[in-house]
Amino acid sequence: MASVNPGNGKISGIVAGVSNWVTERAPSMGGAYRKHLSEYWAPKNFNIFYFFGSLAMLVLVNQLVTGIWLTMNYKPSAAEAFNSVEYIMRDVEWGWLIRYMHSTGSSAFFIVVYLHMFRALIYGSYQKPRELVWVLGTLIYLVLMAEAFLGYVLPYGQMSYWGAQVITSLFGAIPVVGGALVELIRGDYLISDATLNRFFALHVVALPLVLLLLIALHLAALHEVGSNNPDGVDIKKIKDNNGKPLDGIAFHPYYTVKDIFGAGVFLLLFAFVIFFAPMFGGLFLEYDNFIPANPLVTPEHIKPVWYFTPFYAMLRAIPDKLLGVVVMGAAVMILFAVPWLDRSPVKSYRYRGLLSKLLLALFVVVFIFLGYAGYQPSSQLMTLLAQIATAIYFLFFFTMPFWTRIDSVKPVPARVPEHG
Amino acid sequence: MAEQGVNGGRRRFLTATTAVVGGVGAIFVAIPFVQTFQPSAKARSAGAPVTVDISKLEEGQMLRIGADVPQWRGQPIWILKRSPAMLQELDNAEHLERLRDPQSEVVDQQPDYAKNAARSLRPEYAVLVGICTHLGCSPLFEPEVKPQSFDADWKGGFFCPCHGSKFDLAGRVYQGVPAPTNLLVPPYRFDDERHITIGLSAAEGAA
Repeated sequence: MASVNPGNGKISGIVAGVSNWVTERAPSMGGAYRKHLSEYWAPKNFNIFYFFGSLAMLVLVNQLVTGIWLTMNYKPSAAEAFNSVEYIMRDVEWGWLIRYMHSTGSSAFFIVVYLHMFRALIYGSYQKPRELVWVLGTLIYLVLMAEAFLGYVLPYGQMSYWGAQVITSLFGAIPVVGGALVELIRGDYLISDATLNRFFALHVVALPLVLLLLIALHLAALHEVGSNNPDGVDIKKIKDNNGKPLDGIAFHPYYTVKDIFGAGVFLLLFAFVIFFAPMFGGLFLEYDNFIPANPLVTPEHIKPVWYFTPFYAMLRAIPDKLLGVVVMGAAVMILFAVPWLDRSPVKSYRYRGLLSKLLLALFVVVFIFLGYAGYQPSSQLMTLLAQIATAIYFLFFFTMPFWTRIDSVKPVPARVPEHG
Repeated sequence: MAEQGVNGGRRRFLTATTAVVGGVGAIFVAIPFVQTFQPSAKARSAGAPVTVDISKLEEGQMLRIGADVPQWRGQPIWILKRSPAMLQELDNAEHLERLRDPQSEVVDQQPDYAKNAARSLRPEYAVLVGICTHLGCSPLFEPEVKPQSFDADWKGGFFCPCHGSKFDLAGRVYQGVPAPTNLLVPPYRFDDERHITIGLSAAEGAA
């Protein structure tokens, strides 16, 4: 471990001194810095889709910080929850900003995560040797959905209440133990103070801890195998004499600087929504949630927040309680299998045939349509269309081993090609 | 580590038994943590019976307990007084064919004394828990016989706006909707000609 050279100036001398002091006592810290930042060789051809991993981290920090601040004024009891949120919005100095940062942050989290997942899907980032990265990422997505649902119950408005009623009832579809399980989750015979209080505990303590652990594992798994890239070229195959991939550049400073630029653009949009459209037309915060929870009156049209609507549409499309729940669960679970369903010899869609491109485009259209359908009131036409869309969603995955094998592929170059 | 003179079998046995005993201990420790999730004694005791005056109920009119009178176990309870025309439709063979469980054969969904065509103690009065058996929304009361957006051949009943489940005026579920069972009939009894008590069963079938 080489010491840091003391610089000329007084300040850089102090920095070097502290750095050497730490290095003598914990030599592996410098190693971690090099492994994950200064000598983490990332492919040089990252494009716009590679912003979303670091943006997800940024949103996570936003959620943790604003979340901690919200707990300082929020009261997790059925009698006080709704009013304490209004108190934060009206009476706490700048409380409205902290609350809108948190509520907008949850939607931003899902926008960023969906784009992050889409990136992996089009560039085959889940293929060998990155299956574990994908599986851990899907687990993060699953925990994130639970976290978002629990958080949505906390303001204890009408949508909070009835959303909780519907989601906890899902467990009632499980044969034999379903009824007892629902009681166990609610801690009462209906959604009540006990339910709200435990959801608070899970939302602010338990799940964030799980999330942080999974993110650490996700990054550790990624840094073992290295990042994929839009061309799906394995940059580790061609290295210079020092063992540095020829098509790799150091994550720091190159991608840290690039990601800071991405963060700037993101924050611009994020701030615009917070200041000018925090409800986003009822998509980010629903109008019915500004009415206090009433266990006796169901809102006309119960709908989840936009990021759950594709799965909610599938649940509604199936005219059978148990089967509907199974289909909805399977729609998420099938994501875990993607690395083994894809049998294509190439990673990126840039080197795949027309068939793969068309089917992926169809999948995106169907997923967005399901999101739309889940947001609409239930009608016979919408149910039929949602049934067709659900079928296509599953067929896309079930038939993946076949069309990925028969589709034509172009040869992948050994080095990252120059585009334009 | 020194390996000579080691009894491998004994070492494996001790390792395995330690692991098993530790595992059993962990399971026992987990029990109280899981049990705290159960409804508390306070929640369990909050289900006292409720008595309702039904003397002012007109034919075709529905009383919503919770909205109109104190609630029972925090759930909406409906008391509907059905007209003779409504009751006639409940026995219509064509209508019965459209239902999933016309004879109320799922035993958990009503007390024994309500396992009949009208699913009630006295045919004209329907007493139901107003919570959809699908995912717990509260269905809408749509008594008129007229074509609806959700059913062109609507004979009157309850429609759940959340996921489109349909029930007839006895709370029986239609086929082809997400709700699996008929609406729940709570235990109840007639105290006299004017009063119904929800939460207590009729002692001998009828009052």
